[in-house]
Amino acid sequence: MSFEHRDDTGDRFGMWLFLYTEVILFSGLFILYAIALITYPQEYITASNKLNIWFGGANTVVLLTSSLTIALAITAIQRNQIRLCINLCVATIGLAIVFLINKYFEWSHEISLGIYPASETLRDMGPGVTSFFNLYYFTAGLHGLHVLIGATLITVVAVMVAKGKVTSDRYVLLENSALYWHLVDLVWIFLFPLYYLII
Amino acid sequence: MSEEKHEPVPYQTFILIWVALIILTGITVGVAQFDFGAVNIWVALSVASLKSALVLFVFMHLRQESLLFKIGLLAMLIILVIFIGLTFTDVLYREVLP
Repeated sequence: MSFEHRDDTGDRFGMWLFLYTEVILFSGLFILYAIALITYPQEYITASNKLNIWFGGANTVVLLTSSLTIALAITAIQRNQIRLCINLCVATIGLAIVFLINKYFEWSHEISLGIYPASETLRDMGPGVTSFFNLYYFTAGLHGLHVLIGATLITVVAVMVAKGKVTSDRYVLLENSALYWHLVDLVWIFLFPLYYLII
Repeated sequence: MSEEKHEPVPYQTFILIWVALIILTGITVGVAQFDFGAVNIWVALSVASLKSALVLFVFMHLRQESLLFKIGLLAMLIILVIFIGLTFTDVLYREVLP
């Protein structure tokens, strides 16, 4: 008879600790934002008005919904509804892809207007607008990277659920991937009003 | 540590929280259409904090976790306040920003 070491609560706590460090990482960028907003209040309003609120708004709804589907997936696996759990994971991955496609069109549009780091258009608009868009591309880019990592994690876990390696008895991997996904949502909850809705 | 399973959160609870999050997003967007000066940013941050609390406690199951997890969140928030607060004691009292 073999004993396996297992501590689901410890696993989840480890994930939470990692997520706290992620918050500190993003908060550094938000502090830069706050300082620049105080320094260039008028320029920040000008720059924010150039962002398309519909792209940002649509992506907010997409991310909130994907957070719902992955939360539902946990209840599904706890109730041993494996088929439903896999479908909810697939829905979450689909929404992540929709988010990234939306982001692609949004950035393509802005780049076509000459708004991208170190562009001449931005240089002509002065340091305030430039700092806004540099921070916007960096923060949203880092967030987009997290979307990509989160979607990859959920894909791996969905396959493991399908193969029976993640079960209704042992699903901490799904829980931790979901926690990571919710962090992605949390960051966007602050990013959206600060970058898109300043007037 | 013994493995205590969490009770599954009903599907309806998650869906209700999602509805609340969508409504709060609508409020944020709505308020941003009018210029209330500095009030705008504080409304945006307050609504965002409320949304975060809903995500943290319900979607992320923090409500069901032990006290240790909640103390962890509190510790992180205190570190954040120190981090932000100390930065602004510098920034706000500079003569000229570089």
